[in-house]
Amino acid sequence: MPKSKSAYSIPGKIGKTERHIIVVWVDNEAGVLARIAGLFSGRGYNIESLAVAEVDKKKHISRITIVTEGTPQVIEQINLQLKKLVPVHKVADFKRGEKDILFRELALFKMLANSKKQEKIKKLCKKFNPVVLDKTKKSFVIQVTALRAEIDKLALDLKRFGLISTSRTGSVAMTKGAKIFN
Amino acid sequence: MPKLISGAEIVFKALEDQKVEYIFGYPGGAVLPIYDELKNHKSIKHILARHEQGAGHAAEGYARSSGKPGVLLVTSGPGATNAVTALTDAYMDSVPLVCISGQVPTHLIGTDAFQECDTTGITRPCTKHNWLVKDANDLSRVLHLAFEVATTGRPGPVLVDIPKDIQFKKGKYKFIKNSLKKKLNGKATHKLSNKELDKFIELMKKSSKPIFYTGGGVINSGPNASKYLRELVSLTGFPITSTLQGLGSYPGDDPQFLGMLGMHGTFEANNAMHDCDLMINIGARFDDRITGKVDEFSPKSTKIHVDIDPSSIGKNIKVDLAVVSDVSELLKSLIKRFKEKNKNFLNSNKQKTSKWWEQIDKWREKKSLNFINSNKIIKPQHAVQRLYELTKDQDTFITTEVGQHQMWAAQHYKFNKPNRWMTSGGLGTMGYGLPAAIGVQIANPGKLVVDIAGEASVLMTMQEMSTAVQYGLPIKIFILNNEYMGMVRQWQELLHEKNYSESYTAALPDFVKLAESYGCVGIRAKTPDELDEKIKEMINVQKPVIFDCVVDKSENCFPMIPSGKPHNQMILGPEEDEEISDEGKILV
Ligand SMILES: Cc1ncc(C[n+]2csc(CCOP(=O)(O)OP(=O)(O)O)c2C)c(N)n1
Ligand SMILES: [Mg+2]
Repeated sequence: MPKSKSAYSIPGKIGKTERHIIVVWVDNEAGVLARIAGLFSGRGYNIESLAVAEVDKKKHISRITIVTEGTPQVIEQINLQLKKLVPVHKVADFKRGEKDILFRELALFKMLANSKKQEKIKKLCKKFNPVVLDKTKKSFVIQVTALRAEIDKLALDLKRFGLISTSRTGSVAMTKGAKIFN
Repeated sequence: MPKLISGAEIVFKALEDQKVEYIFGYPGGAVLPIYDELKNHKSIKHILARHEQGAGHAAEGYARSSGKPGVLLVTSGPGATNAVTALTDAYMDSVPLVCISGQVPTHLIGTDAFQECDTTGITRPCTKHNWLVKDANDLSRVLHLAFEVATTGRPGPVLVDIPKDIQFKKGKYKFIKNSLKKKLNGKATHKLSNKELDKFIELMKKSSKPIFYTGGGVINSGPNASKYLRELVSLTGFPITSTLQGLGSYPGDDPQFLGMLGMHGTFEANNAMHDCDLMINIGARFDDRITGKVDEFSPKSTKIHVDIDPSSIGKNIKVDLAVVSDVSELLKSLIKRFKEKNKNFLNSNKQKTSKWWEQIDKWREKKSLNFINSNKIIKPQHAVQRLYELTKDQDTFITTEVGQHQMWAAQHYKFNKPNRWMTSGGLGTMGYGLPAAIGVQIANPGKLVVDIAGEASVLMTMQEMSTAVQYGLPIKIFILNNEYMGMVRQWQELLHEKNYSESYTAALPDFVKLAESYGCVGIRAKTPDELDEKIKEMINVQKPVIFDCVVDKSENCFPMIPSGKPHNQMILGPEEDEEISDEGKILV
């Protein structure tokens, strides 16, 4: 007899994981986000970030962008399971690093900084479309848009400049050129 | 301007338009307006269960034996939570159910009102979809959509939660058909091209060690699927095995049938699955009771998987040819194409597969379902065999509870028709069989319906005997009484050093007296000598019967694939395993 004391089989090998960005078009109705989130949590999939908003006011369609990580088999399951949900219209799936896709995240940083420091901060953020949203003698709120890794790094760098609050969105995505997801 | 009617009336109009004949339910405050309306709709009969779980399993039994969706009506709060087990059971085994639940009035939702619970929240993971209806004008659309979702693609349960004020409010009624813009569960019926069919056929022609592995999808696809399956199997001459849920789609006594596969499947079926070079999965889902250790599952075979649910394909096992289709449609076009191109296939292929059949016959010689019979004590396998012999000449419907008796029923009762076998496979719900039998009997009046039960399981929903008596449903509860949670005891014996922790049921009721107190008939068989007579007596009684079949307490269910082992390492019986001594057998 095997030493296993379980009525279940023992786990097999786990494959290499990949990071994917999954875009889902859904009816913007009550509970739809719970259905999507519940599918992920219930099946043990992982949500790294999530961005949702209605994109079609007339048809009440929301676009959800989910960043997730999993083996190719798991990613395929996520796609297929999402497509089975009644309020889901379509699902698009991109591997992180694909060439034809644009990704952006937005972040707001609040810092305690005098005007001299503020100039340095602006310089640091220069590459990331900085917009100063609020400014006092002592404090400073700046908005940047960039890729996730860039924002991660920026947040680290800003620590030295009196960063006291960070607010970030999940990633949103769009194809390059005239093509759209179908 | 269409006439405005109350929400409760809309519910019944929708049920009438869906041709619903029976609803299984239990009343309560939040559904009273619907219950009040019942009297005005004579074509719909309400079956009053004794517990909402019972109502749910009865609706499942009704659905699985009739091919029609089962309808369930429960009140808010505890009514809805009691239905959750049945909904989950239906979700796992792909049974179409429409559950209508009452909810507290809309203005009280979210206030922790009396008998309020977040029904749509609780049932979200165990339904295909659910709705909270907040506008009476939405009700007819949602109800018809609910029926459509439940019965389209891979079937399953849905729930419609209706607050009490919406049941009173007036709204417009409209019968909307096919409102689903897309097919659920993917493009359910994409027609296969001849090229794809030829690829399928090519794989069959190349194979010298083929096997059909069929599941509940064949049954869910309707009686035609089963007819086509028989035709294809006979055209090809290939061996066939079936999952627990697929039993009956192919005749259980046919020589090409290798019996059930999986954890308690036959030696020949499991070895053939392991050694085959072509596995044709039709409507099964490679679940873990079938595959065992995934890495070592049928390592050398090319695999074809036909399923209506694309997410079933590639979920557990990678396949070489994926076919997303309804089983019936696929088999029909496959057979047509096959016949056009391969008139002499059977003869030309006989030689190719002859070695394979020789090997299968060798495996068969192990007679893995054999057991050591006794003339002193009733062996549970013997009891199932006698039940089969004495009922096989009439159209018999079998339900089961969960445990050893369920596996013995699957192994020793041979099914020849689809929709005759109702068992809780995916969820493994003890207490399923008795209420399911009620639903089966309602869908099939005049037919013999037997629940092959365990004494522990059946006590979980025993109260439904009262339902059977109320509606004059002559179901037969055939209890293989071993006084143990036998399946638990078996695992404890084999894997937990015989530490029989809490698996013995002390203080069991006297089932014969229990039967009498419900107003049905109690029969007890204690020895093999009297078994046949007693079974005949049971069959001939026109009333519900509880049959207490006193069986060997220590019998184990074999063959068995131990956990973590591949298919070709089965345990065939106690004599193979040193750890199970005679002493151990006497002990229990
Ligand atoms: C609701 C529920 N609780 C617990 C289990 C775990 N379980 C599986 S089989 C079994 C024993 C069943 O005993 P019995 O009905 O007497 O059947 P036997 O195995 O003795 O034939 C138990 C407790 C289950 N399947 N369902
Ligand atoms: Mg028992």
